[in-house]
Amino acid sequence: MEKHRHVVIVYPHPDDESFGGAGTIYKCKEAGVPVTYLCGTLGQMGRNMGTPPFANRETLYKFREKELEDACKFLGIDYKLLGYRDKTLEFENKVALAAHVKSVLEEINPSLVITHYPEHGVHPDHNALGEATIEAVRLMEHENRPTVWASAITNDFEKVLGEPEVTIALDDDMVKFKLGAIFEHKSQAQGMLEKMNEQNPSAETKDYLERMKERLGKERFYIWKYD
Amino acid sequence: MKAINKTEVQEILDRFKGKEVYLHLETTNGAYASHFGNKGVNVGAYIRNAKLTYTEGRIEGTPESYRIGLKSELGWVYAEGLREWEMFEQKLLVAGHDAEGRLMVAFQLSETPFE
Repeated sequence: MEKHRHVVIVYPHPDDESFGGAGTIYKCKEAGVPVTYLCGTLGQMGRNMGTPPFANRETLYKFREKELEDACKFLGIDYKLLGYRDKTLEFENKVALAAHVKSVLEEINPSLVITHYPEHGVHPDHNALGEATIEAVRLMEHENRPTVWASAITNDFEKVLGEPEVTIALDDDMVKFKLGAIFEHKSQAQGMLEKMNEQNPSAETKDYLERMKERLGKERFYIWKYD
Repeated sequence: MKAINKTEVQEILDRFKGKEVYLHLETTNGAYASHFGNKGVNVGAYIRNAKLTYTEGRIEGTPESYRIGLKSELGWVYAEGLREWEMFEQKLLVAGHDAEGRLMVAFQLSETPFE
């Protein structure tokens, strides 16, 4: 982490930065590297409204923006909004979307960009924004290109893509830090918190928690190769 | 949102009847339905700010699951699994949530566009 001048994380939803990047952010902080989160949407179409629900379809984005602000404060990073609508990124004009991401990246001038691995992001927004971000960097002059780390979260990504080059393993302190960031996203994380506190979890809940543990304990990235 | 009061929702449907209104209609089982547990397919649809004038609008059903149907000159709008509602900035918001509080269906009408 030490050698980086500035790290930008480009993910589409408030909470993606905590689920997918809190451990990496922890490492950046340790090394004194500033981090900016470019958040694609406000997660307007999320179906988690709080457990029990405190938001509705029209108010959800306000809660999520505040949660994003709180989480970034907790993580000690800046954030910028790209201003798109949840679940629509894959339908935006690809050229315009990549150009938009490029213009914001050029303004920040990072040495490392983190985004989702296209076709391995599970959520269509993850795939679309990952693709646009990788294209944005490709469009830059060769010598100005930041390194790109792409995160894959499909169930079979290792089988298809091989071992990721970068693994950030989270120790107990880092996991604690990550959970702290995740729980700032109250509308989204309360259900997970309840599952973690269940006395007699069902097989389905156990399976969910097992995967969650695996997902939270490691942050793994492929270094994107441009020709 | 609170549990549906059929009479009150019907009054709002009557109030919007014959006017040009904006519709938000949505159903979803979540973007990760096929990812966690490997069962099922992600299913969802939404339409936001469809302009509509309806000639009949009714809520039917029971507290377990209400249905709303709107009849227009050329067709229909329908939603089911509705259990909660509220008026929000003069907009009628009706929705159904699962046992964990996650939204499954939303049906919303407004005389001004949703933002």
